[in-house]
Amino acid sequence: MSANPYIPILVIFAIGFGFAAFSVGIAAVTGPARYNRAKLEAYECGIEPSPQALQGGRFPVKYFLTAMLFIVFDIEIVFLYPWAVTFDKLGLFGLVEMAIFIGTVFVAYAYVWRRGGLEWD
Amino acid sequence: MTFTAPVLNYAQLAPMLIVLGGALIGVLIEAFGPRASRHASQLFITVASLVAAFAALVRVRNQSSVDAAMGSVGFDGAGVLLQGTILIIALLSVFLIADQENFTALAAAVPGSSEERESLQLDLRVTEVYPLTLFAVAGMLLFPVSTDLITLFVALEMLSLPLYLMAGLSRRRRLMSQESALKYFLLGAFSSAFLLFGVAYLYGYSNSVTFAGIQASITGGSGNDVFLLLGIAFISVGLLFKVGAVPFHAWSPDVYQGAPTAITGFMAAATKVAAFGAILRIFYVAFANAEWQWKPALVLIAIVTMVFGSVVAITQRDVKRMLAYSSIAHAGFLLAGVIALSKSGLDASIFYLFAYGIATVGAFGVVTLVRDSAGEVTDLNRWSGLGKRSPLVASVFAFFLLAFAGIPLTSGFIGKFSIFSAAYETGSTAILIAGVLSSAIAAFFYIRVIVLMFFKDPVEDGTSVVIPSALTTTTIAVTSLITLILGIFPAPLINFIESSAFFIR
Repeated sequence: MSANPYIPILVIFAIGFGFAAFSVGIAAVTGPARYNRAKLEAYECGIEPSPQALQGGRFPVKYFLTAMLFIVFDIEIVFLYPWAVTFDKLGLFGLVEMAIFIGTVFVAYAYVWRRGGLEWD
Repeated sequence: MTFTAPVLNYAQLAPMLIVLGGALIGVLIEAFGPRASRHASQLFITVASLVAAFAALVRVRNQSSVDAAMGSVGFDGAGVLLQGTILIIALLSVFLIADQENFTALAAAVPGSSEERESLQLDLRVTEVYPLTLFAVAGMLLFPVSTDLITLFVALEMLSLPLYLMAGLSRRRRLMSQESALKYFLLGAFSSAFLLFGVAYLYGYSNSVTFAGIQASITGGSGNDVFLLLGIAFISVGLLFKVGAVPFHAWSPDVYQGAPTAITGFMAAATKVAAFGAILRIFYVAFANAEWQWKPALVLIAIVTMVFGSVVAITQRDVKRMLAYSSIAHAGFLLAGVIALSKSGLDASIFYLFAYGIATVGAFGVVTLVRDSAGEVTDLNRWSGLGKRSPLVASVFAFFLLAFAGIPLTSGFIGKFSIFSAAYETGSTAILIAGVLSSAIAAFFYIRVIVLMFFKDPVEDGTSVVIPSALTTTTIAVTSLITLILGIFPAPLINFIESSAFFIR
């Protein structure tokens, strides 16, 4: 008799939920409840959380531009790796296609550069 | 696992590649071109690439293959007709977009901020709208010819993302324009998620993402029908959202109203052609043999869409919102062609899409002309008496409204007649009755606007009709001429569609 191959996954899920529920429950029952200011603050990887972003709650748009630019190159890498692995099988076709693809990425980059997207201030 | 280099049929992909190439050149012009000449060069590149794409399409019009791009793109008669329609509509819309008076100076500026005032003083122009248009057109060209679900999704995003941005470019009423862009984006992203979910279910059902593979699984009947039903339902939600069918229509009045009018015309006409092209292909090719599973739901949606669009349009006080609800009603009529699931239904749908798209671009072109000192006037009350002051413009608008209503001697009549007779032939009597009734309701509010323009006294509040630019005149003249010719001599186009419209399987 062969068991359903998904049963181990179900067991993992059950253990995961059980562990989470047990930990939270046991901490609530046995843990001392002594709060101070630092404990109640949002966890921010060591940075002091500021009340709000500068300039009246608006996040500066430059972060957004940097993030968008990062995504452009991130996507490029996503395609470059599999192409590099199968380069010998795809041959000249792959090379030309990848050159076109990188060309289009650089068009986007040129646009950002010329329109001042790389100037921080 | 072996990898082989894909084989592409570049001649059949050429229209899309040309449009994309034009868009990339447009982005480079934005980056490197001198500001003073940007508008002229962008307009030239856009028009040139659309015309070149059309020429490339004409060159391959008699070809058909399932292997244009490794089974992801099916090239056939229906695809050629739909792509041609999209290119013609795009070209006419670009002439309207060329009237840059309607576009914001700096889209990123906060409304009412000092940056915005400064950019207005510098007389900046958002010439990015041209490459965005071309990107959207490329997505629209791909949408109705994609024959697998992944390509379908990529094409959907390619046409949607530029449109979200373009909706926010209105020069006046910036807040409303930005609100409409955000609404469109959020709801569009939501519906894309539905579509993707449907793709996952259909893959689970058939172990294939191609339309042919799904069709084979349905014919074989070995899969789990629950997955098939869920897949069809979710995919339909994603596609029906794009055409604005009830109950997925909520975005369209707001977006139609907030977007710059030239963009609204482009969006209303070209998106509808592309999305209905995709709906026709997926339902005629992939889901045809599961007819009994989707037909009842789609019949219900079609009837509700027709009736809702027609009834709610009556209460609208804004001309762009009224046209939005009218386009919802037209989406319902077009769904009748999808439900017919026959050759005559396909022919009628393609004719209807062409006729409706052309008339829509023309109608929104007329709306751009009625202005006061603060920009376009879209409040219908202020349109009263327009026929006495500008008889020509009012007559042309009245003509487009009659075409939407489906009065004889306009293309709308031929379109409605052929689509309803296709529905009747296949026995969808409920659709036929609902269609004719809602057409009658719709005629009421179209004719009410005509009465308002011609038989009411003009209001003295500075509303006037501007002298249109040469390009806008061209668009309005060409669209009204096509609408008239298709109403009087529809036979050549109908015969052409009949002889060439088919879906390759």
